[in-house]
Amino acid sequence: MFKSNPIRTDRNVTYIIKIAGYSCILFLALIFFFLLRNGIPALKDTGLAKLFQTIWYPTEGYFGILPLLFGSLLVTFTAVLIALPFGVGTAVFISEIAPHAMKEFLKPLVEILAGMPSVVLGFIGIVVLVPFMQKTFNLPTGLAALTGAILLGLIAIPTIVSIAEDALNAVPQSYRQAAIAMGATRWQTIWGVTVPAARTGILTAIMLGIGRTLGETMAVMMVTGNAAVMPEGLNALIQPVRTMTATIASEMGEVATGSAHYAVLFFIGIVLFIFSLVINIFASWVSTRGRKRSERILS
Amino acid sequence: MSQKLLIIVTLTVLLMAACSQGEDQSVNSSSSTITNTGSDTIVNLALAWAEQYQKEHPNVQISVTGGGSGTGINSLLSGTTDIANASRAMKDEEKATATKNGFTPQEFVIARDAIGVIVNPENPVKELTLEQISKIYKCEINNWSELGGEDRPIVRLSRESNSGTHVYFLETVIRLGNKEDKSIFCPKTLLLPSSEGIIAEVRDNPNAIGYDGLGYITSEVKVMGIAKKASMPYVIPSEITANDGTYPISRNLFMYTRGKPKGVIADYINWIVSPEGQSIVTELGFIPIKGK
Repeated sequence: MFKSNPIRTDRNVTYIIKIAGYSCILFLALIFFFLLRNGIPALKDTGLAKLFQTIWYPTEGYFGILPLLFGSLLVTFTAVLIALPFGVGTAVFISEIAPHAMKEFLKPLVEILAGMPSVVLGFIGIVVLVPFMQKTFNLPTGLAALTGAILLGLIAIPTIVSIAEDALNAVPQSYRQAAIAMGATRWQTIWGVTVPAARTGILTAIMLGIGRTLGETMAVMMVTGNAAVMPEGLNALIQPVRTMTATIASEMGEVATGSAHYAVLFFIGIVLFIFSLVINIFASWVSTRGRKRSERILS
Repeated sequence: MSQKLLIIVTLTVLLMAACSQGEDQSVNSSSSTITNTGSDTIVNLALAWAEQYQKEHPNVQISVTGGGSGTGINSLLSGTTDIANASRAMKDEEKATATKNGFTPQEFVIARDAIGVIVNPENPVKELTLEQISKIYKCEINNWSELGGEDRPIVRLSRESNSGTHVYFLETVIRLGNKEDKSIFCPKTLLLPSSEGIIAEVRDNPNAIGYDGLGYITSEVKVMGIAKKASMPYVIPSEITANDGTYPISRNLFMYTRGKPKGVIADYINWIVSPEGQSIVTELGFIPIKGK
């Protein structure tokens, strides 16, 4: 029956591929619909005024998600600050400086790091990083936002390196040759020509790194202490925090389906979803806007 | 053409489904599987029971998972587990859900557990009253020097709120058993996802105070003597002090089934409360129930 004419086969295969492509959109829509359907009741039952309070103790009806929101933002922001210089630096090194043999060795290594399960990192965090942080900075406890941010930075670095390195590689060799021909040093070439030319790709890498950090759960849950404290000032970095993802992960198993707590957890899911949506839209906006400009310069 | 294809695919899928169903049934007739989910406090004990029981009854398979008492009871309510382990009694609303789902949960007391309050061995404080612990966890006492210790901040550790130990500690210690009291763990309390996490942090951190079931406490941490009131003697938790009631923080551990258990499940629970099953309780540091 598959012996039929090639045009028909071609059409069938096209259909299958189309279905695969559209199903992605369908799944996204279904997930969003599912989140909304389960989370919107929180607005009605609990109400915005009660949701944007500062105490989170859901078993007694305190549903203030503000500490969780700020906890997530604090950890994510700090993690990106840590991951940014290391990530971009490593990408520049692999793409521009390292000799060919080393490059061939480093690239797969970074990709292995990217595939490392975050539980393993969390475990290393508990055993090594937590006691280290407590002793080094003389903190009340090593289970703190900064510890989580360092671990998350480690998780985000491979993502940033991998994508930023691809962007740097895509810069035409003629750019570098032109810069060197004009007498620029290697550093001047990197800083003045290659990195600016790959800017949009690097920005996309950073945005995806932020997305990875924001959504990370297991490692954060293991090392940040999960205390739902409102961050106050810079001190908050060395205090325990509780993130939105850790809250959903640790409480979802316990709640009765359909209860107020259940709806609020889904509401947190919606907030997370919106956050990563905004980051992704921003990332794609940055990359398309940048491409137009570079095309303009080239022509 | 494509219709024909669709029919063939549908038939194949149906056939495969029918085949696999048949296989499942044949497996069920020769051996039985019990699923057992819930309290992380009980999980090691439940594993030890399951292992021993399976050795004696090779045709029975028991799969044990943790997750917390709330998780276990929820699984029982939704029908995804046969036996729920819980370190607290079922709440009224959970019983109501069970009735709605068409069964009456059956409760079994399967062991007793004392909850030890633990600190780092470097900490000179070795005795506390229940009221002092309550004030520590309500953030009314914030430095060890207020309790006769060194000048160090107090770091409070607790299990997550889906843990039966968490709920029991809240009701018995923080609220001192007073049902009207609505106080809660202060937000500064660190909620750790596992018993091991609490032990590890107390072991490494001289500022920390935590609590955990006696079966989980290792010799790397120091167990506090607890007094009900300042005028009463301070008692270290043990099998004797928990059973004679002098140690104030001890409780029953439960298993729940969907309605009156039948067949293998009934046999398994009977074996657990038998002297043979209870001897494993002692081995793991829990307190056996007395054969009443």
